Amino acid sequence: MIKRGLLATAALASMLTMGAVTAEAKTFVYCSEGSPEGFTPALYTSGTSFDASSRNIYNRLVEFERGSTIMQPGLAESWEVSEDGLSYTFKLRPGVKFHTTKYFTPSRELNADDVLFSFNRQWKADHPYHKVSGGTYEYFSGYVSFPDILQTIEKVDDLTVKFTLQKPDAAFISKIAIDFASIHSAEYAQQMMDAGSPEKFDQEPIGTGPFQFVSYQKDAFIRYQANENYWSGRAPLDKLVFAITPDAQVAYQKLAAGECHLVPYPNQADLAAIEANKDLTVDSQEGMNVGYLAFNTEKKPFDDKRVRQALNYAMNKESIIKAVFQGAGNAAKNPLPPTLWGYNEEIQDYPYDPAKAKALLAEAGVTELSTNIWAMPVKRPYNPNARRMAELIQADWANVGVNAEIVSMEWGEYLSRSQKGDHDTVLLGWTADYPDPDNFLSLLNCASAKSGGNRARWCHKEFDDLFQEAVKVSDPEKRTQLYEQAQAVFKEEAPWVTVAHSVVHKAMSNKVVDFRIDPLGGHVFYGVDLEE
Amino acid sequence: MLRFIISKLGVLIPTFLGVTLIAFSFIRMLPGDPIELLAGERGVSPERHAQLMADLGFDRPIWEQYFSFLWGILQGDFGVSFTSRTPVLEEFLTRFPATVELAGCAIIFAALIGLPAGIIAAVKRGSAFDHTLMGISLAGYSMPIFWWGLLLIILFSSPDMLGLTPVSGRLSALFWIDQDTGFMLIDAFVSDEKGAFKSAVSHLILPTIVLGTIPMAIIARQTRSAMLEVLGEDYVRTAKAKGLSPLRIVGVHALRNALITVITVIGLQVGVLLAGAILTETIFSWPGIGKWMIDSISRRDYFAVQGGIVLIASIVMTVNLLVDFMYGLINPRILHRR
Repeated sequence: MIKRGLLATAALASMLTMGAVTAEAKTFVYCSEGSPEGFTPALYTSGTSFDASSRNIYNRLVEFERGSTIMQPGLAESWEVSEDGLSYTFKLRPGVKFHTTKYFTPSRELNADDVLFSFNRQWKADHPYHKVSGGTYEYFSGYVSFPDILQTIEKVDDLTVKFTLQKPDAAFISKIAIDFASIHSAEYAQQMMDAGSPEKFDQEPIGTGPFQFVSYQKDAFIRYQANENYWSGRAPLDKLVFAITPDAQVAYQKLAAGECHLVPYPNQADLAAIEANKDLTVDSQEGMNVGYLAFNTEKKPFDDKRVRQALNYAMNKESIIKAVFQGAGNAAKNPLPPTLWGYNEEIQDYPYDPAKAKALLAEAGVTELSTNIWAMPVKRPYNPNARRMAELIQADWANVGVNAEIVSMEWGEYLSRSQKGDHDTVLLGWTADYPDPDNFLSLLNCASAKSGGNRARWCHKEFDDLFQEAVKVSDPEKRTQLYEQAQAVFKEEAPWVTVAHSVVHKAMSNKVVDFRIDPLGGHVFYGVDLEE
Repeated sequence: MLRFIISKLGVLIPTFLGVTLIAFSFIRMLPGDPIELLAGERGVSPERHAQLMADLGFDRPIWEQYFSFLWGILQGDFGVSFTSRTPVLEEFLTRFPATVELAGCAIIFAALIGLPAGIIAAVKRGSAFDHTLMGISLAGYSMPIFWWGLLLIILFSSPDMLGLTPVSGRLSALFWIDQDTGFMLIDAFVSDEKGAFKSAVSHLILPTIVLGTIPMAIIARQTRSAMLEVLGEDYVRTAKAKGLSPLRIVGVHALRNALITVITVIGLQVGVLLAGAILTETIFSWPGIGKWMIDSISRRDYFAVQGGIVLIASIVMTVNLLVDFMYGLINPRILHRR
C-alpha cells in the first residue's frame, strides 16, 4: 500500500512543473548554509549573518577588493594618517545614495552623521540605539576592542570624519574594513525611533550596497534586488535570493537539480561527483586559516620547549594531511597562512624525525609520558576531521614512547574547558577576520594567554615585545620584519604544532560568471553574472 | 460532564508545571556555555563573559531565573531569543504555520492510506495482503526518518534518477509571493504569480510522505486490531446471520465502533508528528518550528528552547485534552465511570 501511495504521489508530482531556475530577470539563487541572526552586522559574529547583510547590503569606509585582501576605498574616497599614527581623517565619497525601498525613502545622501551614528551606537552606552536589539557588540567591544583603541570620532564637515586613537594601531584600517564597521543610515534610524519601532531598523535593513533588501521568510528565503543607484555601478544581476539549505547533501542535490546556482560548503565526499557533472564546476582556493595543535605550556612537561619540539619532530605531518584533508590541505610551518603578508618564507619546519624526537625527550628527562589529545567534535575549514587527525597523531607519538589518550566532548564545553586550560594538548584552528598578521599572532600573545584565547597559555616576553612593537609601527616594511622575527621565535619555542592550511571549495553551476572566492570566507555577489 | 472536565483540567496544571521545569532545566543541563559558543575559537575574557552573563540575566540565582520564566509565561511573555534578539513567541508564531501545514498534510496522507489498509487487512485476516501490510507497516514504523528522507530525495528529486519533485524548501526561489497567512498553499493560491501554487504543492509531496510514514503505519496497525476486535463481537455475527451484505457490516456496524479507538490514535499522533517534524524539517529545509528548535538547541539559545518546548507541549496537551473530551462524547461510559 505504501508503494501504491508513492506511485500515486510520483504521478501527481510529474504533472506539476518543478520550477527549476531560469533566467528571465537575472535571478541568482544562493543555497546559503543557515539563517542569519539578523541584518545589522555589528550585533552578530557569524559569517552567515555577514553574508546576508554587510557583504551585499552595506559598505564600509574602506573595503577589501573582491576576491582579495587588498584594501580599496569604500565609502571613504581617501584617508590620511597623522605622523604619530594617532589620527585618521577620512574623506567621504560624495553623492552616495541609501536604498529606496517600500519602507524607507531617503531625503539626503550619505554624510558624516551616518558614520558617527554607525560607530557611536556600538560605542556610547547613552546612545539612543545602544540598547536596541539586545545591544551587545561582540566585534566592537570584544574582538577588536575598539573601546580600548578609540579616543574620539569627530565630524569635521559633512564629508569629513576624523578618528583619534588612544594609542597607535597599525591594523586600524584593516579593522574598519570588517563587517561590524558597516555604515548605516542615521536618517532611517531616526525615523524608526520616532515611529516607536527602533528594532525594525535591525530587521529591515537600509544600506548603500549593491543589493537592497526585499523580504526575509525566516529559515526559508532572503530576497534582494539590485540597487539601481549603486555608487560603483549597478550589479549585473537583477535579483538575488538566499535559499536557506543547511544540509550540505541536500544543497548539492538542489545544485544538481538546477534549483540553486552556488553551494558555499559542499561535502568533501561530493566533490568528485560535482566535478564529474558537466553542468557544474568546483572552484578552490587556499583558505586564510591555520589548523594547529597547542601544547598547554603551563603544564609539565610541556613547559619545557625540548618536549614541545620533540613532539613536533614525532609527527608525520604529510601523511596526516593526506589522510585528513584528502588533498585539500597544505602543511603549515607558520601560524600565518602563506597568502597573508608578513609570512616568513625562511622558516624551516620540524621534519618528521622520530629518532631526534626520542633524543630530545631523553634530554629533557621525559620517560613514559602519558598525556591527552583533545579532538574537536565539529568540522571546521581548518580541520575537517579532528578525531581522525588525533588518532594519527596518537599513533605517531606512540612510536616515540608517548602514550596519548584522545578526549572529545561537546563543542561548547570543548571551547570553554580548553580556554580554562584543562587540556594537555588541544586541536583547534583559526580563520582570519581581517588580513593582518596581528589577527593570527594575537592568539599567541600574553594578553590572550590570560583571557584564554591562547590555548597554549604561552606568554613569551621576546615574542610579546615583537608583537606589541608591530602594532605600534605604521611602516609596512618594518612591521613585516617584526612579524617575521616573531614567527622565528614562535618556531623555536614551538608552543603549537602548526598542522595545515586548508583549501576551500565552492560548488557552482556553469552558468555562474565571475564569482570570486573571498579569502576571508565571505560570499559577495556584486560583479557576479549569469550566462543566459 | 463538568466533573470530567474539572478532573482533566486538574491533571493538566501539574503536567504543565512539570513541562516548564523540564524545559527550563534540561537545556541548562546540556554541556556548553552559550557565550563560549558565540565566541568560538577566539575565546572570551572572563570579565566580558561575566558582563554578557549579567546582560542575559544568567548571573541571578537559578530559582529566580525559573520563577521569572514562569511569571513571564503567565503574562504571555516567553522571553527574547538571544541569537535573533526577537521575542520567542513571535519567532514561534512566524514558523508555526509551516509546521501545521506539513503536519496537517502528513496526517491526512497517513489516514487516507492507513485507514483503508488497516480495514482491508482485518477483513482479509491471514491473507498475503495482511502479512505484506503488517510487514510494510512495521518497516515504516521503524524507518529512521533521516535515512528515509534522503533516500526519497535521491530517488525522486535527483536529476539522475526520476527528477520529479523539488529537493527542499516550500517554494521555488523564483516566486516572490507575500506571506500573508504563513500557509504556503493559501498564500501561493491567492498570489498573482502563475505556477506558484503548483510549486508549493510539489514541494509538499516528499516531506508529507516522510513525516506521514510513521503515523500511517501506526494507524494501519491500530485500525486492523480494532477492526479485528469488533469483527469478533456477537452483534457482528448477528448481522452476518441476518444476511446483511459484508460491505454494510464492515462499513456501518464494525467501522463505527472501531473508529473510537482509531480517532484517539490519530489524536495522539500530534505529539509524534511534532517530534518527527524536527527531523523532517531539517532534511527538507522546511522553515517550521522543528528546524528552529534544532538550531536553537545547537546555539544553546536557552530562552528560545525553553519557550519553544513549553509552547509545543501546550499544543500537544490541548489536543490530547480535546481528544479526551471527544472520546468522552463518543463513548459515554467514560463519563459515567465513577
